[in-house]
Order: sequence, then C-alpha cells, then structure tokens
Amino acid sequence: MNALDVQNAVELRAVRKNFGKTEIIRCADLVVPKGQRFAIIGPNGAGKSTLFNLISGRFEPTSGDILLNGRSLIGLKPYQINRLGLARSFQITNIFARLSVFENIRCAVLWSLGYKYAFWRSLDRLKDARLRAEEVVEQIGLKRRRDSPAGLLTYAEQRALEIGITVAGGAEVILLDEPTAGMSRSESEQAVELIRTVTHGKTLLMVEHDMSVVFGLADQISVVVYGEVIATDSPAGIRANLRVQEAYLGTAQELQR
Amino acid sequence: MSFLTHSRLHVSGAWLIWGTYIAVLIVAPWVFHSNLALTVLSQIGAFAIATLSYNMLLGQSGMLSFGHAVYIGLGGFIAIHTMNLVVAGKFWIPTSLIPLVGGLGGAFFGVVFGYVTTKRSGTTFAMITLGIGELVASSALTFPGFFGGEAGITTDRTLGVKIPGITYGPQIQVYYLIAFWLLICTAGMYAFTRTPLGRIANAVRDNPERAQFIGYNTQIVRFLVVIIAGFFAGISGGLSAINFEIVSSENVGAAVSGLVLLFTFLGGAGTFVGPIIGAVVYALSYVLLSNITNAWLLYLGLIFLIMVMYAPGGISSLLQMNLRVVRFGQWHRLRLAYLVLFTAALPLFFGVTTLIEMIYALQLDVGNGTVTHVYGIELDVAHAVPWMSAAGVAILGAFTAFQGARYFKVRWDSVQRDIALSMAKAAA
Repeated sequence: MNALDVQNAVELRAVRKNFGKTEIIRCADLVVPKGQRFAIIGPNGAGKSTLFNLISGRFEPTSGDILLNGRSLIGLKPYQINRLGLARSFQITNIFARLSVFENIRCAVLWSLGYKYAFWRSLDRLKDARLRAEEVVEQIGLKRRRDSPAGLLTYAEQRALEIGITVAGGAEVILLDEPTAGMSRSESEQAVELIRTVTHGKTLLMVEHDMSVVFGLADQISVVVYGEVIATDSPAGIRANLRVQEAYLGTAQELQR
Repeated sequence: MSFLTHSRLHVSGAWLIWGTYIAVLIVAPWVFHSNLALTVLSQIGAFAIATLSYNMLLGQSGMLSFGHAVYIGLGGFIAIHTMNLVVAGKFWIPTSLIPLVGGLGGAFFGVVFGYVTTKRSGTTFAMITLGIGELVASSALTFPGFFGGEAGITTDRTLGVKIPGITYGPQIQVYYLIAFWLLICTAGMYAFTRTPLGRIANAVRDNPERAQFIGYNTQIVRFLVVIIAGFFAGISGGLSAINFEIVSSENVGAAVSGLVLLFTFLGGAGTFVGPIIGAVVYALSYVLLSNITNAWLLYLGLIFLIMVMYAPGGISSLLQMNLRVVRFGQWHRLRLAYLVLFTAALPLFFGVTTLIEMIYALQLDVGNGTVTHVYGIELDVAHAVPWMSAAGVAILGAFTAFQGARYFKVRWDSVQRDIALSMAKAAA
C-alpha cells in the first residue's frame, strides 16, 4: 500500500499489552487521521502513557497491530520508528542535560538531514543543521539560553526544549506526553501556543490532563479508561458523552468547565 | 566538548592554544634534556594518546571500560610483530609509520571485542570489558607465539626501514616521533569531538534512551566509538613498542587498564585536555614520587580517593572552576581562603605522611635498622615517642583541616553563588 494513499497517520488495531499478569491495555482501537490534532484523555492509570510507549516502540504490544501511515510498526525499534517519521516527547523531561540548548536541538536534526554516524565531517560546517537548529531554538523561545547547558534550564524551559527536540527532526507525526504537566497557567498557555505553531500541518497525538489545553487544541478526543478506548469524538461530543462523564465521575466538574 | 572553557573559542584563541601546544612539544626536550627526562617525556607522549583515547569512551560517550589496555597492548603486539617482519625482510614499511599499523590493529580488535562489549551499556558494559580484559590477559600465556610467553616480544627499532637521517638510535629521535604522533592524534581526537558522531556520542552519554527517539541506534554509536578509540589506543601501543622495544603480556593486563582509567579521571574526564594533564601527572608520579618514597602507590591511591570524593571533575575541572573565578574578578575573595585551607591542612599532611613513612620503615626497611628519616628528621620507629608525636600532629591536623575546609567551603560557595547570579543576569 502506498503511504500517500493512506488517510490515517496512526492506527491501532486490537492492541493489548500485559505486564506479567496485569492487563494494562485491553483491546485498544484507535484511528488518528492525517493532519489532525488528537488528544487522549483518561483517569490516572488508564494506560495513556503506555499507549504512547507502544506506538513509539518503547514497549512491544502483547498482541494486535500498530500502523504508521499504513505500515506495521510491530518489531521495530524506537530509532527505526523515528526514522519513519514519528517523534515523541516524554512526560518526565528527557533531554541531554550536559549539552547546550543549541546542541540538544542540533543532535535532534542530524539524522533527518542524513548525517547519520558521520565522523569525517565537521559539525560546524553543516550549515543546514545549524540553520534548522537555530530556527527551532528561536521557535521554542530559548534563543537567549542558546548556550546554556540544558540541565541548568528552568522547568518550563526544559519542557519547551523537550518539545523542540521532538519536532526538530521534522517528523510528520508528533506524540506529546503531557506537554504542560507541572506548568503554571500562563506557562501552559504559552506551551499551547508553541504546540500550535510547531505542529502546524502535522499530525499531533497528545496525552493531556489539563482540560483547557485539551479543549483548546484538539480536533478529536479519545477517552481511555482501564486500558480501553471508550469513546472518540469531537470536543463537544466528548463533553456531552454520558459514558465519559460516568468514567470521570470524580472530575466531572472539570469536564463541564 | 570544550577545550577548557565553556565559551566557544575564537579562531585566534584556537590558533594560540594549538601553537603553544606545538611549541611545547618541540621545546620540551631542549629544556629537559637529560636521558631520564627524554624517557619520561616519551612516556608522557605515548600515555597521553592512551588516556585521550580512553576519554573518548569515558568522558565523551559515558562508557566505563576496565579493559582499555587490551587495545593499547594488542596494538603494540601487532606493531612489534610488524617491525620484526620488516627486519626479516618479509614486509616493508618505514619505522615512522609503525604506529599506524598498531592503530589499525587496535581498530581491528575494537571491531572484534567492541561488537561484544557494546551490546550492553552501563554496568553491564563495564563488566564485559573487565571480562574481555581478563580473557586477553590470560590468553597471553596460551598463545606464546603471538604474545611471547613470559618474556614478551622484543625488537630492535634501529633495524627497520629508515628515512634518511633518522635511525631511531638516539632517544631524542624517538621522542620527536612520539611528539609527532601525539600531535596528529590530539588533532584527530579533538576533531572527532566536533563531528556528528562525536556529538551524538555525547547525547548517548547524557541520555541513551532519548538518543533512540531522535533516530539513533545507540549500540552502533557506542560500537563506532570503541573502534575509533581502539585505533588511537593502538597507535599509543605502537609508539610504546618502538620506545621500549618490547611488548609483553603485562601490556594487555588489568593493571595498565586501571592506570589509564585512574589518570584519565585524575586529569579530568569532563574536558578534552584533562587526559593530557593526567598523562603528565602519571609520568611525574611514576618518576619523581617513586624516587622520593616507597609508599608512592599508597599516596596515589589516597589522592585518587580524595579527588573522587571532593573533585570528581579532576584536575582540569579544578583549573576550570578557578579560572572562572578569576574571569569574574572574584579571585581576591578566595586568596585568603586558600591560604587558610592549605595552612590548616599542612599538619594533617605532615602527620599522616610521617605515620605512613614510619609504617613503611617498620615493615619494609627492617634490614636498615629502626632509624629512618622523614622530612629531614631522624625518627626511631622502635620507640613510642615518634609514633605518638606523629599521631598527635595528625589528630590535631585533622581538626584544623576540618575547620579550614569548612571556612573555605563557605567562601567558595558564596563566590560561586555570586558568579551564578551575575551569569544569570548576563543571560537576562
């Protein structure tokens, strides 16, 4: 099947994942059309992050199939999946702490520009890598901190860098795992703007707890409860969905907001 | 990875550093021209290539290897066998290029062993390198044809293919050969830090998992780095083969691996020049310290211990931090603190070293009677008074050193805080 003919960026078919005897994901089906901003919500421990880990190749599903642009990802390593055009961020900040902000981003663009494992070329002479990295550094608003070691950034800055590393390689499918976790209201509003800009024209799949972020960004929302996708709908549809309200009993007010 | 400073060097600054480096390499044997000095300088040169190559693993890629001597030593064996083949007329290569043969040997074994070791990272990697090191060291006695058994393989460096005018008879010619290769290797390894693979190796060191999610197979990254480090280690081994005209099973053993690790760490794994500093310290401690005292290995161990606990960045990081204090114009605030620290530590130093020397005199020098000289003072280790005095000085010294260190730490921390503050202001 030609990738261009496929309408869906990511597709999960009856995916299951057990850790030992514990079923974390029980039969998850999900279709993320190309170019959509898609959010996954659900109570704590519902398996949202596990879904991301399955899609990005960190874990392998126990059964079922995961497709990226119609191509099965089963058995592929994270770096192979990344090379197919899928990039992800992490809930717990996952950066290169001793490298500068600029170097963090530059590392993230090297593979996509075809430099691979080159040890015969001077990094500083790779103009395209430098320009692309500088563009991303500017986009994520860290130009002032360009040469600071990433480990010394503030929390919000590290979260922005986390997103920068994810999008720098130009992947068409972006997975963001709770991009605004732990942020203040104003920081999280900035993060939403940032996500909107950097994922323009791409497929975005994100896990998020902050409902204002979800309803502000997403075209479609899937609700995951106990390892199952119980509903997929537009934000308005999700708000009105009784099953979702039931599942969210404790946080129902939040949904109504 | 920066040279010594975190800021990016200006082009003129880079020329200045490399110019000085070349000048030092050329001038060193004019200043230190005794036979002993030339031998020491030659050893520093060969060892510096070894520590620099080791730091490609430890400092740049986060791989703690306990078996680096395997690549140095096997490179040396390949080199010395090649030299003997040339002498026998079965092969042709000028002696000046023998180190390159050693390098290719090191890279070859990097491919063979690196494929196994880099399958895993972290602690498992360290354990596998230890195992490979033991494997190679023990096989030295199993394959006497290659390793030369207990005696090792010898050669005569003057019998090889010569470039006119260079016989490699006088040590000075060997020194310049080593200096030449040291320069080439330093440039090569520095250039490596500024290539895509070199930078990705840093990324793998910092966060191997994330490196996978930006498209890199971390196993291949580590494998390639081991091969390249093996190449430079092999060059170092080839130079040692020419320098000593002998390579034996000791050269692949755990003791050498340990030394390379220890002095790379002492010099500083966090900077590019650290390993070179480590190599200089190595030669000085071997030649000078061992002449002063029998207990020099013990002192070396103590220094290593203190560095691991209080200055894990090694000598180069100590230099770097103090240079930063100077650059921010805060040095005057630390002058007194340093004076206090060293004065307060002095009694501890004298007390402990005297005790150690007396123990050594008691245990090792029994044939020479019970009287020994420490710091020019005559001490009879058969009597209680010297012991009690030395112990008294040590105990008093421990107290003053503790107080001095506390005073210093307060001053140091406040200076560092102010520097961090003014850096944050500059960034804003």
